[in-house]
Amino acid sequence: MERKTPLYDLHVAEGGKIVPFAGYLLPVQYGTGVIQEHMAVRQKAGLFDVSHMGEILFTGPTALDSLNHLLTNDYRNMPVNKVRYGVMCNAQGGTIDDLVVYKFGEESYLAVVNAANREKDYAHMAANVLEGTQCRDISDTVAQLALQGPKAPAILKKLLPEDQIPKGYYTALPNVDLQGIKCLISRTGYTGELGYEIYTSNEDAPKLWKLLREAGEEFGLIPCGLGARDTLRLEAAMPLYGHEMDETITPLEAGLDFGVKLDKAAFIGKDALVTAGTPQRVRVGLAVTGRGIVREAQEVFANGEKIGVTTSGTHCPYLGKAVAMALVDVRHSAAETEVEVDVRGRKVAAKIIPLPFYTRSK
Amino acid sequence: MSNIPAELKYSKSHEWIKEEDGVFTIGLTDYAQSALGDIVFINLPEEGESVCAGDTFSDVESVKAVSDVFSPVTGTICAVNEALLDDPAQVNEAPYEAWLIQVRDVTATEDLLDAEGYAAVVAAEEA
Repeated sequence: MERKTPLYDLHVAEGGKIVPFAGYLLPVQYGTGVIQEHMAVRQKAGLFDVSHMGEILFTGPTALDSLNHLLTNDYRNMPVNKVRYGVMCNAQGGTIDDLVVYKFGEESYLAVVNAANREKDYAHMAANVLEGTQCRDISDTVAQLALQGPKAPAILKKLLPEDQIPKGYYTALPNVDLQGIKCLISRTGYTGELGYEIYTSNEDAPKLWKLLREAGEEFGLIPCGLGARDTLRLEAAMPLYGHEMDETITPLEAGLDFGVKLDKAAFIGKDALVTAGTPQRVRVGLAVTGRGIVREAQEVFANGEKIGVTTSGTHCPYLGKAVAMALVDVRHSAAETEVEVDVRGRKVAAKIIPLPFYTRSK
Repeated sequence: MSNIPAELKYSKSHEWIKEEDGVFTIGLTDYAQSALGDIVFINLPEEGESVCAGDTFSDVESVKAVSDVFSPVTGTICAVNEALLDDPAQVNEAPYEAWLIQVRDVTATEDLLDAEGYAAVVAAEEA
């Protein structure tokens, strides 16, 4: 039985097409369709319900050491109100999940994880935290809205004094009073665009949604569903768990080196990653040069030899072309390599290109 | 509400069919295009190929997913709407104008529905 987020009734009222996703009933799109929603985020602003995401609190004198033991990134030297990406590996170096960590104080952190992985993540965390760390899954009490797009700052400025809006990328402000709603505002997102993720209580979430919708109207803000969330992250080449990463794919293979600190003290999976050395397969971008759309789990060939498999693929609305990401043999991973993808029995030409496909202009 | 023109015939798999002088024109219904969402690519067969009632002859890619299109008739393809290769969104904008293929020398057809019968199929799927 799928759960509803506190915004479910609003999605239905807004014309959302509801689908089951990661145990929740969420809108895949609204009336305007995925392409319009995608373009709104690139050019104006979009509002997403991402309340399905999981939130796990780490507190206590050893909270930092627990995070550094569980995760691949290094969370020392992290200022309060900073956000840092990371990966949680199993002992074999495979990826249990990817996540972001907020620091609220020296003994207080929040990990935000993928909805589909929440239970297994919490079980792994609870089983492996050090003595002196409490970890608590608070997902069921937390709603999250993502306000994304170049107009996002202007929309927030209508509702908040400027010093209550986080300025730096990957910084956050907790305990913001947004017109009577207590929330955590974070300058993060999963669209490749400037934007914010706003956490609040389930009770206040519908009110926050309506406030943002009203404030955003003059800027062209529209509600956006899971469909646009996926095309936006893919266009920006952001990895998605279950596609670019899973328990058999290491974060180094997935190209997440920036979030893996092999020079820090031991962490779960480190030995396996060090032993494996330079990855033999790597994540690459594909531009589809033939006719068609490449999707996930399709075989990739170079000169007739199978070199890997696609992990995600779609038509990118903003770039106006079909792209895909793939895990391929490192020997065939150079940019400009001509490949073919087996699209349901039909060979479609493609070419390896550098990631990301899209970068916002600053 | 889906638009279901009274003068056309329909298949249960959401294709529309118009017969004129032995030529069957086949496209996707308004309900189908709406359910698919934004269409970004249509893989079309070639003129001269044969199609078989109940078999797939094309696949349509929306931003969300790929879907097969089935032929309601058995015969030979005598025309392909190649404009859709460059502008597949025509199917979203005008589903009853943006036909996919035309078939002649038809030797068999599925049990086709009239507008009323098809409306009942759509109503059942929307329920």
